[in-house]
Formats: sequence, C-alpha cells, structure tokens
Amino acid sequence: MSAVATEVGTLRLATAGSVDDGKSTLVGRLLHDSKSVLADQLESISRTGTPDLALLTDGLRAEREQGITIDVAHRYFATPRRRFILADTPGHVQYTRNMVTGASTAELTIILVDARNGVVEQTRRHAAIAALLRVPHVVLAVNKMDLVGYEESAFAAIAAQFDALAAELGITRVTAVPVSALAGDNVVEPSARMDWYGGPTVLEHLETVEVAAESPDAPARLPVQYVIRHDGIRYYAGQLVSGTLRVGDAVTVHPSGRTSTVTALDVLGAAVDVAPAGASLTVRLADELDVARGDLIAPDERAPTATRDLRGAVCHLADRPLVVGQRVLVRHTTRTVRAVVRSLGPAERLTANDLGEAVLRTAEPVVVDDYAAIRRTGAFLLVDPVDGMTLTAGMAVC
Amino acid sequence: MTTTAETPYGLGHLDALESEAVHIFREVAGEFERPVILFSGGKDSILMLHLALKAFTPAPVPFPLLHVDTGHNFPEVIAYRDRAVAAHGLTLHVASVQEYIDRGVLRERPDGTRNPLQTVPLTEAIQHERFDAVFGGGRRDEEKARAKERVFSLRDEFSQWDPRRQRPELWQLYNGRHAPGEHVRVFPLSNWTELDVWQYIARENIELPEIYFAHRREVFDRGGMWLTAGDWGGPKDDETVEKRQVRYRTVGDMSCTGAVDSDAGTLDQVIAEITASRLTERGATRADDKLSEAAMEDRKREGYF
Ligand SMILES: Nc1nc2c(ncn2[C@@H]2O[C@H](COP(=O)(O)OP(=O)(O)O)[C@@H](O)[C@H]2O)c(=O)[nH]1
Ligand SMILES: [Mg+2]
Repeated sequence: MSAVATEVGTLRLATAGSVDDGKSTLVGRLLHDSKSVLADQLESISRTGTPDLALLTDGLRAEREQGITIDVAHRYFATPRRRFILADTPGHVQYTRNMVTGASTAELTIILVDARNGVVEQTRRHAAIAALLRVPHVVLAVNKMDLVGYEESAFAAIAAQFDALAAELGITRVTAVPVSALAGDNVVEPSARMDWYGGPTVLEHLETVEVAAESPDAPARLPVQYVIRHDGIRYYAGQLVSGTLRVGDAVTVHPSGRTSTVTALDVLGAAVDVAPAGASLTVRLADELDVARGDLIAPDERAPTATRDLRGAVCHLADRPLVVGQRVLVRHTTRTVRAVVRSLGPAERLTANDLGEAVLRTAEPVVVDDYAAIRRTGAFLLVDPVDGMTLTAGMAVC
Repeated sequence: MTTTAETPYGLGHLDALESEAVHIFREVAGEFERPVILFSGGKDSILMLHLALKAFTPAPVPFPLLHVDTGHNFPEVIAYRDRAVAAHGLTLHVASVQEYIDRGVLRERPDGTRNPLQTVPLTEAIQHERFDAVFGGGRRDEEKARAKERVFSLRDEFSQWDPRRQRPELWQLYNGRHAPGEHVRVFPLSNWTELDVWQYIARENIELPEIYFAHRREVFDRGGMWLTAGDWGGPKDDETVEKRQVRYRTVGDMSCTGAVDSDAGTLDQVIAEITASRLTERGATRADDKLSEAAMEDRKREGYF
C-alpha cells in the first residue's frame, strides 16, 4: 500500500471489452507497476516463474482453470494523488450482466481493444452499455501494441474507428491510449517504443481526469429508508442521493404530496444546518405526517415526476426473456412496486444482453427523475416476483 | 464533516465509506424481518457494530449479535464482546463449535484448526433462529475470492455460495428477495481496505481489544507464524515457546491466527506499520488461507462467513 493522505478523492472505474483483449492483464499491470501488489500476492501468482498478472483479479477456481474472467472482481489501490476502486469485468457475452454490475457505479470505464482485431462486436456492446449507463468518462486502451510492431498507424486506425462509434452512441469524452498490458508500455510508465505518442499513460490519465460531483446544483432527493422512532420523535433516515438539504427548507413528501419544513438534520449523530449530497442522515419535519419507507423527500421546487407509466431505456440481464404483458416488481430507490410490462422496443421480447426501451404500468406511483439528470432516482430494476431474480436494469426517461 | 470537491457527492473518503455502510444497514432494517450481525470481537465486527449504532442513533440497534464460538478464544476478545453487549443493551446469540464436538456432530481436524468447523454451527443457528439477513464483516480487499462477492449475497438453506450464479448488483439497488429457508449475507464493509478500517478506527476513537496492539506474549513458531500457546493444542513437543513483542493484525481462531512482530502500541503506529507492510493481513496471519489456492473460495461455497 502506498502512503496516501486521508482526504484525496476516489475514482471508481471499470474495465470493458471483448474476452482476451487483456482487461485482467491491464488491471494486474496497473496494480503491479503502481506497487499495489504485496509480496505474498505476487508469490501466489508467480508459481510458474513470471507472474501471470491476470490472476490478481481472476480469483475463482473456475477462472484460473479456464483462463477467463467470469465475475466482476473489485480491487482497491491508491497513489499519492488518488484512490481507486477498480472493477475488473468479464468480456464473454454470456457474462455481460457481470460487466453491467461493474459499470453501474463507475465514473470511468477503460474499454480495451486488441490492436490486431480493432473494434469487434463486444466492443460495440460494451461501449453502448457505458453510454446507456452514462459512465461519464471513457478511455480507449488499444492493447497488445507489441503484436503490431508498436505502429502508430495501427493505433490511429482503431482510434478513428472507435471515435465514429462513440459519436454514434453520444459518448463525448474519449481518451485513447496505445498500450501493451503484457509488456507495461504506457500503463504506468511511458513507453520508450512509441515515441510518436505524446499523451498521458493510463495511470496518469486516471490520476488527473476531472470527476466532478454529479451536477453540483442538482435538486435535493432523499428516499426514506427507515423511520427511527425514539422518545416520541420520528426521524426519517436515508441517504441524500442528490443535492444539498438545509434546515428550514420547504419540502414535499412524495408520492402523497404533503408539504412541510425541515426542522433538524442529523448526520450520524452530529446535528448540522446543511447536509451534502451522499450523506446518510436523518431528517425531522415540522408537521406530523405519515412518512414511510419508500417515500421521497424533495424540495418544493424542481420536483420529481410521479407516474404510473414508467418508461426507460433497459438492459436485459437474465437468461429468461422479458415479454410484453409480463408481471414484474420494480425496485426503485427504497420502493418496490408491482408492475406489468406494457410495451417493449425494438422487439416484443428482450433476451439476455439486449438493449432496448420499455414502458411499465405500475400498481402505485413511482417518483422518478430522468436518469441522465439524477442517476440514483432514475435507476430501477425489474425483479421476478416469483423467485426474486434480477431480470432487467432500467434507466428512466421523463 | 470533511468534504473534498473531488469525491463523488462531495464527501471525504472515510465519510463516503461510512455513508455507504450506513445505507446498507438501513436497507436491511427496512427490508428484512430477522437480521443479525455476526460478531467475533475482531476489528471488522467491532467496526460493523459501531456503524450500526450510528445508523440507528438515537434509537438502539434493532438487531441481535451472533458469535460463532470456536472455543479457542483470546480471553481479551471475549471480555470485549461481553462489555460491548452490556454497554449497548444488545442480545447475543452464541453458536458453539465445542458443543457440536461434544455431541459428536463435528470431529476435531488433525491439524487442530477449528476455523472450517464454524460453518455448521453458523448455518444451524441461522436456520434455528430463522435469521433472514446475516451481516458479515468481510472485505473485498482481504482475499481474491472475497473480491468477487456481492454486497447482498444470496445463500440457500445450506448457506452455500454459488459464485457462478450471483445476482447482478447494480447501482445501490440491492435485491434482498429470497425464498423461505434461504437467507442473504450482507457485507457493509465490502469496499473498505485494511488501511481504511484503521484510519476510521483512529478517527472515531473506537476501542479495540488489547491484542491488536504490541504486547509481550508467549508464542511459538508453526509454519512461519507466531501462535499463542494454550489449551487448544500448542505447542507440540518439537515446538519451543518464547516471549516476543507482538500484536495481532487479524483475530480469529487461536489455532490458526498468527501474531506479527511489532512495536506498534498506538493507533498511529499501527497505521504506519500497515502502510509500510509488504504482506496482506491474511498472508501475514492466517494459516487457513495458506492451505491451498482456493481455500477461501471452498469455505465460502460451503457456507463460511
Ligand atoms: N502480446 C500481448 N499479449 C497480451 C497483452 N495483454 C494481454 N495479453 C494476453 O492476452 C491473453 C488474455 O488476457 P486477459 O488479461 O486474460 O484478457 P481479458 O479476457 O480481457 O481479461 C493472455 O494470454 C494475456 O497474456 C499485451 O499487451 N500483449
Ligand atoms: Mg479478464
């Protein structure tokens, strides 16, 4: 572990790209060259002599046996400039749901491409998922440059190919880096074999890319998780998923629509006048209202949308299909409601890994924001009411 | 609260981890009927209890504790456990490995370690008390199989973990649906590293059992680790006891948790020592993980913590 000040920021990132493009090797290289691999870990991946860097994250027996990544692995490392929470994800189409798991909380995704193959179907799928989930930053790592003689033209052709794809998908911020994860070129250390490249190494970019708080002026959103009753007082507990909240703010409790005023804010035992986005806190209101888990407290201005017709972009995750007319549960913020699938696009039926659109009719109103504006109140899941399986990820459009 | 502009949501690093853990505790309180916190008296479980207390303040923690007692305990840790239970008015359930051995249901292993024997008493306590959510202090940075674990991890009636059939877990939308007899293991410390744990303990001034700090102790060498001499089965004839200045980096069953040579007597010294260490905490102190490449994965599949 490198020494790192307590208050440097954290970047959450995820890998993406087709199987064997070198995702796990790149992650291993990042960890290794940033001196984040400790002696006993290095020993355990060096049984055959030279370390197999992919084994730093391919931690399951089946992954080691087959030499592939099956499920997402989380690794943590830090440099003096930043902390990183890294999700190494699988490339196989069969395990796309695990890639989506890693990407859903990422602020940056590194999409790898094999320099010999260029952009392939899985690159397109993963780029589309990153766009759909609105991962704010994309790095294109053109890997295995050692196998194309470190030629600038190979890199330039793929970067242009990917730029076209990104434009199509509405991805605006792409940084392309030519690397060899195996040999270590341009991952942490600049490459001596690609002097035609003047940009940052992957790590330099990760350390310096600006990750602004999600729209700093976004309105406050507090989904109520739990009501704490103590000495006759009701404290509404939840995580402020967007915006800031102040004592004295005029608020509405959704979906009932009743209004009140914030009289006290308490961040885990400390009374505060103003609470920042991301804080877990409790709120007290001036009026005796019936507030329960699943309700949403928000300022009167810039109110969220209450609707029983939930529409959104969807990514279908389960092996069983999603069809029009199907009964599902919608998991949204702290609320779970019954719903029926009204319509689907582009087909009447979505199968595993399909991206599309859905309209759901819910039994009770859900209170949503556009996912593009506020991730946490725009995101939802469809769950099978019979066995609880997570079927589909949804991003509200309103 | 400290804030930096750089982190998402504007929270400082430890504040963000704390907020995430509290969010997980409250989700479980809102969604489950009978949650329980696994509590061993080790630093991760002490941290979990601290976060649970914060999550529900000013009310008490709405969950009981469950200790799976191997019978090979450090007396300081048991004393700490009992003090914590009394101080916070909690209910403590104990599942005793010794009792299973006495009844003949479990057999002592040739190597004397009781760590793998905890799975059956744990599973039966969960079934018997009908616990539906079980908080564990596991962290993804501890071990490569743990790095694959979800925050909400569904277990069948035998507590088995199937890493190939994990539910996708998106955003902070945890799916706790389960059938009767199944339960969900919940890991609120998933994203904490060892260093985060110690920095937070220092920040919050959390009391720990004394054995986490350097002290003189009678130990003997087995397999490159300093084990504490005691009734549990050590030292053997060819092993010699000596007095050394040591501390524990992890606390588990006495038979397989090693002490490390250390002069770190304060939290700041412990943090400095961990920062400089070239070994992971499990690599330095856990015999059970040295058994094979997949020791932890195998135990987790069988229903271990
Ligand atoms: N020549 C070369 N091989 C690489 C490079 N990066 C990865 N590989 C190899 O490509 C294979 C797949 O790598 P892996 O990291 O498991 O790919 P993943 O499926 O994307 O995680 C392994 O045999 C790696 O050693 C590279 O930069 N150059
Ligand atoms: Mg891989």
